Amino acid sequence: MSDPSPVRFTRTHEWVRPEGAGEAVIGISDHAQAQLGDVIFLELPAAGAHLSAGQRFGAVESVKAASDLYSPVSGEVVEVNQAAVSAPEVVNQDPQGAGWLLRVRLEGEIPTDLLDAQAYDAFAESDSH
Amino acid sequence: MSEKEVPLGALHRRLGARMVPFAGYQMPLQYSSIREEHRAVRERAGLFDVSHMGEVRVGGPGAPAYLQRLVTNDVGKLEVGQALYTVMCREDGGIVDDLLVYRDPDGYMCVVNAARHDDDLAWMRRQQPPSGVELEDQSDQTCLIALQGPLSLQILGPLAEGAELGAIPYYHHRPGRVLGIPVRISRTGYTGEDGFELYCDRDAAEGLFQGMLDHGRGHGLLPAGLGARDTLRLEAGFRLYGQDITLERDPISAGLGWVVKFDKGDFLGRDALLRAKAQPQLSFIGLRLRGRGIPRPHQAILAAGEPIGEVTSGSYGFSVGSGIAMGYVRPGSAPKGSEVEVMLRADPAEAGAAQVVSLPFYRRPT
Repeated sequence: MSDPSPVRFTRTHEWVRPEGAGEAVIGISDHAQAQLGDVIFLELPAAGAHLSAGQRFGAVESVKAASDLYSPVSGEVVEVNQAAVSAPEVVNQDPQGAGWLLRVRLEGEIPTDLLDAQAYDAFAESDSH
Repeated sequence: MSEKEVPLGALHRRLGARMVPFAGYQMPLQYSSIREEHRAVRERAGLFDVSHMGEVRVGGPGAPAYLQRLVTNDVGKLEVGQALYTVMCREDGGIVDDLLVYRDPDGYMCVVNAARHDDDLAWMRRQQPPSGVELEDQSDQTCLIALQGPLSLQILGPLAEGAELGAIPYYHHRPGRVLGIPVRISRTGYTGEDGFELYCDRDAAEGLFQGMLDHGRGHGLLPAGLGARDTLRLEAGFRLYGQDITLERDPISAGLGWVVKFDKGDFLGRDALLRAKAQPQLSFIGLRLRGRGIPRPHQAILAAGEPIGEVTSGSYGFSVGSGIAMGYVRPGSAPKGSEVEVMLRADPAEAGAAQVVSLPFYRRPT
């Protein structure tokens, strides 16, 4: 069975979704938000910042812990989700929708070593035990 | 896992709770979110299952003298129907536990922390005289349900019989019935809000919790877990055993001098606590973060770049609107109003500016 969804996941629990026109949106997975619990602060780069695949680009801080964010892709930040920065509970409520974090102009392709939804779910399950 | 299941475990799961191991029990961390549950308690009401707490009855003709020697606060002044917050200490002043003591017509009931239950009981038995004092551990058959928040009286009033709830003062208790179930109704709590703690038989607990929840829904009552309990108690400046107070800390250093009554006569730890009072080893302070960032236990506190102490409890104060912390520093190193830094990360460049503030961080509107 092939996965029709173009969303891909990192092993550090971020997701990336291609949006066409060489752009993509980045966020954290539902598994990640559940593990973190109530998100209180988002530390994100400003528009114009450069991201490198696999490199730290920010942090999410919850009641429970501070956790670094790693970029699934390389590119330039074109938009920060200000709604999520000012009301981070949206990251808990809708992590793969309204709780997105950054819109990025891609440099090159989305890396092929990222996980599809099914593979990520299996990975997240084993990771939480 | 070897954690014990609380009698309400199945109900918590039905209510969608995320269960976590705590003090040897599987306990609800949260049902909806910590933020929502915290807000419900501050604005309306929340319902907590804290049945993991231990209950030890102290009876017999020697009970008053025994307890007076065991704990630091003055049990001699405690009237039937009153409750008292206190600590009990070792001879060296180290805190064995903090506890509530209820006076009943026929004796006392001590409510101790779950994580300390076994050690407390061993300590209490060691201090027990050969005759005249009976200790009975009632923890397994007793459940504790806490209704906390400004609407507590409004929610509980119509469900209670045998006691005029509004007439029970803070830190007092009465026997009564709630939803027909016999309970000890205690006007106490660990959130900084008005509220009631209800002690009942374990077999009646599920009916009590579910019944109160059903009746309170219309008032915006939410079930609340340990996550909200921690942010609420931190805002209210309540110490948590195992973090803020331990065997290595004395109540004077912990800012709990008000529960140490030197004028009541001899008690365990008195000499050591007199020395601590004359020359405190540490000061217990409150910190409010100036910027973003959440302090965590064990992070260093710095003044002018030098380490002066350590955070023991830190989190986000939802009602305060910033990161807040409590911890110990060298006496005199961080007076109220002064500016310090908390090592939020390993990198000193990312230390968070904080102001030393009075406890509690939050006081309910009166």
